[in-house]
Amino acid sequence: MIAKPTSWIGASVERLEDRALLIGRGRFAGDVSFPHQLHMRIVRSQHAHGRLQAIDAAQGRALAGVVAVWTAADIADLPPIDFREGPNEKLAPFRQPVLAAGVVRYVGEPVAAVFATDPYVAEDAADLVSVDIEELEAVTDASVPASAFDAGLTTEPTICRQGYGDTVAAFNGAATIVELDLSVGRHSGVPLETRGAIGYYDASRDVLELHGAAKVPHRNRESLARMLGRGTAGLHLYEGHVGGGFGIRGEIYPEDILVLVAAMRLGRPVKWLEDRREHMIAANHSRQQRHLIRAAVDGEGRLLGIDDRFFHDQGAYIRTHGTRVADTACGILPGPYRLPHFRIDAHFRLTNKTPAATYRSPGRYETNFVRERLMDALARRTGLSRIEVRRRNLIAPDEMPYERPLVALGDDVVLDSGDYEGLLDQALDRFGWEALERACAERRKRGEYVGLGLAMYVEKSGLGPTDGARVHAHTNGEVEVITGGASIGQGFETVIAQVCAETLGVDYRRVRVVHGRTDRIEYGIGAHATRATVMTANATATAAAKVREKALDMAAQLLQADAASLTIVNGNIVRADGIGASVSLGDVAHHLRPVSQTRGPREPGLAAEGWFTTAHMTYPYGVQIAQVKLDPGTGAVTIEKMLIAFDVGRAINPMLVRGQLVGGFAQGLGGALFEEFQYDERGQPLSVTFADYLIPTAHEVPEVDIMVTEDAPSTCNPLGIKGAGEGGVAAVGAVIASAVDDALGGKGLITQIPITPQAIKAIIEQPSGATS
Amino acid sequence: MKPASFTYHAPQSVDEAVALLTKLAPDDGRILAGGQSLVPTMAFRVARPAHLIDINGIAALAAVSQGEVMSIGACVRHAAFEGPVANGVTGALLSKVVPNIAHYPIRTRGTFCGSVANADPASEWCCVMAALDGVVVARSERGTRRVPAAQFYQGIMTTALNEDELIVAAELPALPEGTRCGFAEFSRRKGDFAIAMALVTYRLVNGKISDARIGIGGAEPYARRISEAERLLQGQAPGADVFGAAAEAAAAAVDPLEDINYTAGYRRSLVRTMTQRALESAE
Amino acid sequence: MTGRRDITLTINGLKHNVAVEPRRTLADVIRDDCGQTGTHIGCEHGVCGACTVLLDNEPVRSCLMFAVQAQGRAIRTVEGLQQGDKLHPVQEAFMRHHALQCGFCTPGFLMLAVGVLEKRQDLSDDELVDLLSSNLCRCTGYENIIKAVRAAAEDMKVRS
Repeated sequence: MIAKPTSWIGASVERLEDRALLIGRGRFAGDVSFPHQLHMRIVRSQHAHGRLQAIDAAQGRALAGVVAVWTAADIADLPPIDFREGPNEKLAPFRQPVLAAGVVRYVGEPVAAVFATDPYVAEDAADLVSVDIEELEAVTDASVPASAFDAGLTTEPTICRQGYGDTVAAFNGAATIVELDLSVGRHSGVPLETRGAIGYYDASRDVLELHGAAKVPHRNRESLARMLGRGTAGLHLYEGHVGGGFGIRGEIYPEDILVLVAAMRLGRPVKWLEDRREHMIAANHSRQQRHLIRAAVDGEGRLLGIDDRFFHDQGAYIRTHGTRVADTACGILPGPYRLPHFRIDAHFRLTNKTPAATYRSPGRYETNFVRERLMDALARRTGLSRIEVRRRNLIAPDEMPYERPLVALGDDVVLDSGDYEGLLDQALDRFGWEALERACAERRKRGEYVGLGLAMYVEKSGLGPTDGARVHAHTNGEVEVITGGASIGQGFETVIAQVCAETLGVDYRRVRVVHGRTDRIEYGIGAHATRATVMTANATATAAAKVREKALDMAAQLLQADAASLTIVNGNIVRADGIGASVSLGDVAHHLRPVSQTRGPREPGLAAEGWFTTAHMTYPYGVQIAQVKLDPGTGAVTIEKMLIAFDVGRAINPMLVRGQLVGGFAQGLGGALFEEFQYDERGQPLSVTFADYLIPTAHEVPEVDIMVTEDAPSTCNPLGIKGAGEGGVAAVGAVIASAVDDALGGKGLITQIPITPQAIKAIIEQPSGATS
Repeated sequence: MKPASFTYHAPQSVDEAVALLTKLAPDDGRILAGGQSLVPTMAFRVARPAHLIDINGIAALAAVSQGEVMSIGACVRHAAFEGPVANGVTGALLSKVVPNIAHYPIRTRGTFCGSVANADPASEWCCVMAALDGVVVARSERGTRRVPAAQFYQGIMTTALNEDELIVAAELPALPEGTRCGFAEFSRRKGDFAIAMALVTYRLVNGKISDARIGIGGAEPYARRISEAERLLQGQAPGADVFGAAAEAAAAAVDPLEDINYTAGYRRSLVRTMTQRALESAE
Repeated sequence: MTGRRDITLTINGLKHNVAVEPRRTLADVIRDDCGQTGTHIGCEHGVCGACTVLLDNEPVRSCLMFAVQAQGRAIRTVEGLQQGDKLHPVQEAFMRHHALQCGFCTPGFLMLAVGVLEKRQDLSDDELVDLLSSNLCRCTGYENIIKAVRAAAEDMKVRS
């Protein structure tokens, strides 16, 4: 970056976060250490389901360097892990205890905790703790009839239902009905940094600290305070650097509570670092659903109704998210299409697997796959092209804001703005769909297995309701923005700095952004649901605008000029016509100190708080198109061309937006072709290392053409932002399935992801494909 | 995932290493060479050797020598073969195979002989040893034993090596000038363990195939030559049909492994495809 | 012995005298005993490459070596890349090209790239992707890492 861009907002500036990370001076959980600390190691169940008969920790305790070994009895006063949204009586019996008591329900469930002076010894001791479990039958399929969970409780804690209209009538009046059985495999975020938590009790101030926090420090602080019976004033969370979140990290897990309680009771800091094998069986899983879905269309291919009954494989317990993912899936399934009648039942099922929760684009990655397979099937059955059948059903811009009588993420679905058909046309044109369709046809005649795939989707972002920020200008001209946000590596600091800089009139490199610190600001929304840019940036803009006003007011006196004639350029208050003296922002801050003689009646400090409230979420949207080639000899898939077209309303930093979309794409690709948490019939997890859980490498991720548009700014916030965090991953399962299916003749044979080479080869080798 | 405790030994000579192995093998003493396979198993605590005998300091084991036979010392790294480590056809073949082995930073430490000793069904070097009828040179206090590849491999990660024997070298024949070599493997991601691989070599005598070798790895408990397929090539002019027949024969001859991810049938079809591609690309 | 051995690790030219059990990995000792926490641990079984350091100028996975094996060898980690305040060309390229998001995999990629680019700056596109497929990144989708390393190679070629 050489010259200052005309506006910080919209500029692809380099990130403020980068330098520390590039020189190896980051502060991830593993880098946090306190003198005299203990290391915690969790003993985990090796059975998927069983009665916990006895735990013999004597040998473990006797090992030199071991300070304590805890089981459920030692923490009997601790409640199970509650839901983030608050108590829920119906779901309460299915919460996870901090340490298993009486029964174990998944391989990896914490059964005991070892505290030792060094992590190697802690692991030695954990090996010596013998756990006697009477094995019970494991449930590994969420779609078999519900069975017993506990006295009077079954493995179907609830059915999430949403809908409107009369689907029965709709189907009765249909010209065509399509019925599909579709499945998404179990996979998850799997960040490069495993989880970590350090509990530190500062007895000198009676403050309990959790380091290694992430995602929603303020909300977690409230939950943890409640669980520990401690006021929030005496509990603080600290987020340092975070090695990827993706929804997985930052929820409250047993280990977080254990390090806090142990820090207090053992009188020493307690550090816990998860290892990779543990991560694969203990950190939240996601995505696994099986949908039995039917759609009815009229003679013109217009949707009359969708009826979906799906099984959500929640795993062993209901964790902090409650039924959020299944609920969201219900509310968002229709995507960008007009749908007069709708009924969806989510059978929320417990199985003896690692519990599941949100993973980037939760509820949408799954339903985009399901809904877009449905659209392809409708095309097949009606004889319309895959494009035409979508075109006929897209909600039009003049129908916006479009209210659906549905709820997603606890928010009414109101599609605020969007030109879906416009983006479709732009994407088809950019990709060269028509020419490539012809080219593929020619290649197929020559025996190649090539195909094109298409997926359209609506994302959600900007979950409110409210966020606040403080902007504080220092006497040296630096500006501090104190937010309740969180950084998971997405460039939060840079984006907030850009917005503050633009509003206030300073260089973004002079802006420091604070986040993840409950001791610096009382409230915060963290970073999830692609809300940071929308909510925190708008709150920052509000606060910065107030600081600007204060600065101009003080400067007007100092410069003997009218405030309306002044502006701020690169941290200096000058006259808009450039004539006359100037005064720096730092000097103005100096004049506004409490002891300043020039301050007059003005409130001390060049600082202000700003709040932003939004009525409801905002909805970015996209189109993904892929061209694939299959190797008939092996079943391998090569992506020859890939386009992601995504409308973000307004891009604060286009380079970062692109980074989010490409990064998300790579994860989506993993779910489409490579990643899966597999289990055997006894509930033993089979994908516990990076050798069997296959994350795409630079070799597997193709070049992706990214088209970011700003055609439909959000009507929900002044900056018009919609957010891009989940836009890349959301439809990859859908588009790859569409393309592979097309390459196999477009007969609807691809009904589940991940699609393996073996499955493709089997289809190629069978005499004739089944039709849907 | 920290390893369990062990006693560490760092002998400076082959004799010292062998003496240590004799003494410690009964007490679960293992050789540490590249460590790229051993250390992960120790991290998972699947392996808990009480003793590690680190042979990386033994200079005599770091050499590759050439003659009628290429002798690869126990500490020669995979990376040594990235450039043609030796002249001739065998050297070129090894350079062709090596990019398929894991990734570069693994290849800077992992060793050819370590791979041979580990006997993973998907090991490329084991496939090379089997296809070329390599010889494993093993030393113990009882002397030196030379074990041909066909006798060395006995099962999944099971070899004829006695617990008190140290592999000091692996020997490969110097393939004659003009020998054509081809290699093909399939894995889910580049660098992953191969689900099936084929290594082929043959000479042309008056335009007809002679001395064909077809080694199949990854598909069965251990790599081996498939004589049924080799016989079909003998005396034939190279061509797609001939190669197809040999590939078909190789596929028919194998008794493929089956696991949760891949059926025997799929592996079998991969053997067919890899054999065909190895033959077609042989140069 | 299983007990501690006194070893000297030379990291970025500085000697660290430490006493470690043989089972302590090089990655753990670099981080915890020598205080250089820039080298990260992502899997401890040699697949992700976050722990990559240079050992006598060759990239190796420090989680797959024991610290006692590195006695007498020259270890280079990410902390040693810059010259005073001046970033290494590869670090600069990463910043210019937005080749990091969470930054956890970054030190591993930097050392991998430096280890190879110091020897050769003329890698083909295929060779570059091949090399960079050695390490895992979960955030960037690799596109910008590839661009950054290519740019750094050009930069280093010009300077050499």
